[in-house]
Amino acid sequence: MLALALSSAAAAQTMDVPLTAVPGEPVRGRAIVTTRPLGLCLLCHAGPFPDRHLHGSIAPDLAGVGARLTPGEIRMRLVDPAASNPESIMPSYRRAAGALRPGRAFQGKPILSDQAIEDVVAFLATLKEE
Amino acid sequence: MRAAALLALLLFAGPAVAQPRSGYWDAGPQVRAMQDDDTANPGFLWVEQGRAAWQAPPPGGKACAGCHGDIAAMRGVAARYPAADPASGAPVDLAGRINLCRAVNQSAPKLAREGAEMLALAAAIGVESRGLPQRIATDGPMASVIARGEALFRTRMGQLNLSCAQCHEARAGARLGGAVIPEGHANAYPEYRLEWQTIGSLARRIRACLTGVRAEPFAADAPEMLELEAWLALRGAGLPMETPGVRP
Ligand code: HEC
Ligand code: HEC
Repeated sequence: MLALALSSAAAAQTMDVPLTAVPGEPVRGRAIVTTRPLGLCLLCHAGPFPDRHLHGSIAPDLAGVGARLTPGEIRMRLVDPAASNPESIMPSYRRAAGALRPGRAFQGKPILSDQAIEDVVAFLATLKEE
Repeated sequence: MRAAALLALLLFAGPAVAQPRSGYWDAGPQVRAMQDDDTANPGFLWVEQGRAAWQAPPPGGKACAGCHGDIAAMRGVAARYPAADPASGAPVDLAGRINLCRAVNQSAPKLAREGAEMLALAAAIGVESRGLPQRIATDGPMASVIARGEALFRTRMGQLNLSCAQCHEARAGARLGGAVIPEGHANAYPEYRLEWQTIGSLARRIRACLTGVRAEPFAADAPEMLELEAWLALRGAGLPMETPGVRP
């Protein structure tokens, strides 16, 4: 029973099938990650981008993440961060419902569209250097 | 003997944040210097207006000074709010208390909670408690208000699905974007924020954090707001009052 739970949790940590038929576009992904109101990533994460003094320090540095994780693992982090850490503070970028008191403008909406998530995955996969 | 002393220590250690740290220490040296110098602290513009409002009778009513005398009599008051109104038993924050006085003792219309006159009166009353430890009552009707406030503080909210505690407990001192996350205490309100270019209430600050996690903010007079304010005051018990604080 426990073994089953453990193995399914491990299996849940990668999501190898892309969310869309159109491949992610790294240039658009970079714009999403580095434009605060779009991706919100740099609120929490730092990364190999300009203005480091405006990057957050409450999540791992994104430098080298493309070497540490496969695209499937990165996709899984964005879609369901709780799969790898049930206590994660990182929000699901795909979940459209279930949040308590979502702001009026955000009700029923995910943070990013499926295509935007693919763009971000494609971009993070290029960050090979620590 | 030793055990008794230890037990006493544990009992008096207070809630979650054992030794609360004011956001003053996260504000940076320039902002701290502004707060420390009354002639440089822009919050004193409101304090002065509030002192004038204290003396001025509303049309057909009595001035605050008409009942309370010199505003120095307000020493210690701001440090113990939110509190239950003795007449009705209803918990109110300082702005709520001021509006009760307007209605009951001054026959005057309520002041807008975030309006200039309310902020000015709250700043003028607040500054009288500067340096005194924040210490609210936890008994009677306050007990459940505080408990609900703590529960809310620990509830994930908004599209970003974050709780107040996730930022202000575990991650205080770390950076959210370019800003240092403070412990999120209530001891310096009303507070002048450079970002706002004006003085603002604790309710406004809480709304800003809720909007930040893309949650629907509580109205300034919603019960949830009072509950959060009460919990913040309790978790910061013992912090010296700083009104009017200055923050980035
Ligand atoms: C509210 C905070 C927060 C936001 C916003 C956020 N993350 Fe995260 N992220 C985390 C935390 C914390 C972790 C560490 C693992 C965990 O606890 O889930 C993490 C882990 C990751 C990882 C795995 C890193 C590794 O080295 O293993 C990736 C990839 C990632 N995030 C990408 C992103 C991207 C891209 C965005 C924006 C589109 C983003 N995150 C937004 C908090 C956040
Ligand atoms: C995503 C992180 C985050 C969350 C969640 C959050 N806050 Fe904040 N809070 C901050 C940051 C960052 C600041 C400081 C902003 C600045 O200095 O510009 C702050 C400031 C404050 C302050 C001002 C402290 C002072 O010294 O003036 C209070 C009070 C506060 N928050 C309360 C709350 C409450 C109550 C909640 C939940 C309803 C909450 N916060 C949720 C990040 C957060």
